[in-house]
Amino acid sequence: MSDSAWEALSNQAVAAAGLVYFLALLAHLVEWSALRKVPVEAGARETTTVGAGGPAAPAYGASAEPAAGSEGPDHEHRIDLFGRIGFSLTVVAGLVHAVSLLARGMAADPNRVPWGNMYEFTLSGTFVVTLLYVVMRRRLGLSWMAPLVVGFVLVLLMVDVIWLYAPVSPLTEALNSPWLVIHVVSAVIATGAFSLGGICSVLYLLKERSITKGRESSTGYLSRVPSLAVLDRVSYRLHAFAFPVWTFAVLITGPIWAHQAWSNYWNWDPKEVWAFITWVVYAAYLHARSTAGWKGRNAAYLALLGTATLWFNFIGINFFSTTSQHSYAAPEPAPVVAEAPVLAGGA
Amino acid sequence: MSTATKERASGATPPPRRAGELTLGELLRFGWRQLTSMRTALILLLVLALAAVPGSIVPQEGVDALKTSNWKDAHPTLTPIYERLSLFDVYGSPWFAAIYILLMISLIGCIIPRTFHYWRGLRAVPPAAPRNLTRLPDSTSYTTDEDVAEVEERARRLLAKRGYRVRPARDGEDAVSAERGYLREAGNLVFHLSVVVVLVGFAVGSLLGYKGGVILLVGDDAGFTNRLTQYDDFVPGTLFGADQLDDFAFDVDSFDVDWLDSGPAQGQARGFVSHVSYVEGLDDAPTEYDLRVNHPLQIDDTEIFLIGHGYAPVITVRDGEGNEVYSGPTIFLPQSPDFLSFGVVKAADAQPGQIGLEGLFYPTFINVEGDPVNVMGEANNPTLSMQVYTGDLGLDQGQSQSVYVLDKADAELVTKADGSPFRLDLQEGQTETLPDGLGTVTFEGLERWNRIQISQTPGKEVALIGVCLALLGLLGSLFIRPRRVWLRARREGGSTLVEVAALDRSGGGDVGVVLQQLVADLRPGATPGHTPGADGAGPATTEEKTS
Repeated sequence: MSDSAWEALSNQAVAAAGLVYFLALLAHLVEWSALRKVPVEAGARETTTVGAGGPAAPAYGASAEPAAGSEGPDHEHRIDLFGRIGFSLTVVAGLVHAVSLLARGMAADPNRVPWGNMYEFTLSGTFVVTLLYVVMRRRLGLSWMAPLVVGFVLVLLMVDVIWLYAPVSPLTEALNSPWLVIHVVSAVIATGAFSLGGICSVLYLLKERSITKGRESSTGYLSRVPSLAVLDRVSYRLHAFAFPVWTFAVLITGPIWAHQAWSNYWNWDPKEVWAFITWVVYAAYLHARSTAGWKGRNAAYLALLGTATLWFNFIGINFFSTTSQHSYAAPEPAPVVAEAPVLAGGA
Repeated sequence: MSTATKERASGATPPPRRAGELTLGELLRFGWRQLTSMRTALILLLVLALAAVPGSIVPQEGVDALKTSNWKDAHPTLTPIYERLSLFDVYGSPWFAAIYILLMISLIGCIIPRTFHYWRGLRAVPPAAPRNLTRLPDSTSYTTDEDVAEVEERARRLLAKRGYRVRPARDGEDAVSAERGYLREAGNLVFHLSVVVVLVGFAVGSLLGYKGGVILLVGDDAGFTNRLTQYDDFVPGTLFGADQLDDFAFDVDSFDVDWLDSGPAQGQARGFVSHVSYVEGLDDAPTEYDLRVNHPLQIDDTEIFLIGHGYAPVITVRDGEGNEVYSGPTIFLPQSPDFLSFGVVKAADAQPGQIGLEGLFYPTFINVEGDPVNVMGEANNPTLSMQVYTGDLGLDQGQSQSVYVLDKADAELVTKADGSPFRLDLQEGQTETLPDGLGTVTFEGLERWNRIQISQTPGKEVALIGVCLALLGLLGSLFIRPRRVWLRARREGGSTLVEVAALDRSGGGDVGVVLQQLVADLRPGATPGHTPGADGAGPATTEEKTS
């Protein structure tokens, strides 16, 4: 296959993945709207009404499973069916998504990893979100997250294709390093896991609010979301997984590569500064949980602050800062009118 | 303080102390406690994050000096305020230092007592079981036909096999106590200590290291000898000494660029390599090295990086009297990825008037409907397009000037007879005569230059080892789950009632699952018994509480 054929395949695969994600989202929406007719089982509901401090929690990850409802086995069967269809479609979409990444890498000459610019980076990042969700779904009981994750990935993919698209081009010299694989892969994995953790924290806050305001119903989405204690713990686990990976990406591989390419292992480049800020905020989150006993709401706020800095760093800095050497988002590198001659290119 | 002194002087009885009044010692102890408290550490962490923000918004001297000075010119009112607040050098400012030094003290004040505490706890046997196990948040029970000793013996063996430290059986104790996860705290301590190690490494680098840059012409035999005077710019650390400079010299023999001639990045450089030869010491035979981005050359403690490259057109200027007043390769600085470059020529001794040239170099020039356009970075049609100045170029005032900037304050633009600005357009090999009998300018040929960064970063290995240790410690402190398990068995009726309880000591674990697993393994086929509070709680079979 020629390079341009690979590139066309990649673009078609992205479109196809978007379509399948959309179908998966529809299936999950059908599942969840059908669930609205089924009240959460009395026993399970009792546990969800208890705040973070009470004796709590339904069985692990079991709360989102469709409960036997008054509508009879047909209805239950349909909920189950659409849940399965949604998940299967998500898996299919994830595979097509993987094909688009592979083709993107094959389209470049010489072949390379598919994260050389912002478009490709977002394509990889959303794929990792899907992958983490699919892999951890059973382990962490994340099936309740399905519509959110699929919607999130779908929206980001659309943003990516509409605003960030860039044709395949070879890597700039500075990016041409094995560290591109190690550094970026770890950063993307951490970003994906932090994002999933952030979704848990948002839901925690929403659910907590609806409980304290006494508005919780027995049929809404929030009543199907796991109890506050479980949300809090799942969020913690995702963050606890992502944090060491982020440390590896930002404070080990980043500096090693920076030292090789730019002669300084830490340049206080805006991207580095914000990666550091993100690291500190998440460190504060973990610290607060383990020593100050912060759980629940305060911890969720800290986690969301972390998510905000993470995403600002990922997207914002590329557009707001012109001094960043990480300015791969700019379609044309900004003209350098500098006393120091033009640099070797940005990573 | 003054009232306290007065009172003490006035009476023999100890002065009554007001609420909240502290002696100096108490005040210090109070301050130390506050500083080393967890809450303070947390606040300091968040303040550190906040304090790092301005450095990414306000241009920094150390990151981009030119941008900073441009910003200063554009904001005359804010500049003095910002300068007073060290906002142009946030990461070297006293207030930023204050935050991280406080954080360090807080950290050390936290680690030391914890290390002693940990050292004692490391050898301690697990504590005896609480009297009523079923009152613990995570507990369960089951009945069995085995007798008490049998159950306890099996529990001890199972727990020991799972890595628990089991409290030795003693007279008068009727329960099994076990604990695991001692290494979590070790991981915690390693992590915090490593942060100190990283900072030490970082500090060593910025105090003892240096970085310098030099622009070298490709093929120039003069090359570079590692002496202070040879650097174009040099930024030493505070404690740097000139004797730290290693003895070496190198030339850039040749330079290859791989240009992209198709695709969306057409005209840009894909890869480039400098073929350098260097000598270590002073009279060794030269060694060849291919210097590329991401592949620095290491000589002793010094590292040499290829940072940039560009064109140096060879320009000769003859003045009105025919004398050669300027000749040589002139470094033009690239303005964009297609190597459209900007440069300046200053001929101070020209007669009848000084000659200054300022303008652009087009590696591949084409004329599109009268507009000059540069097609790509490769020099396929090298063309100079410059404006000419004469008069006072500010060279005689004894002030140092950048070689890349023409001082036009007192100079006048040379114009054609009709008054429009005179533009000097030269292709390689061409000569053009300047108006008003000022002289001639020749574009003789084209050379290339490399910008080389030379630096020493002592302590970088220390910092790297520190971060790696920190990561290791972090993994330990996040994923080792310390917990205690107790088991008590007693005969009740015709069978044995076994109560098992577990306590999570990390705050993030769910020991309910662990407990279930443990019970299942202790007694295959056992049905989990009733747990207080869980009666009738529907499908929730696990007794987990958050505290």
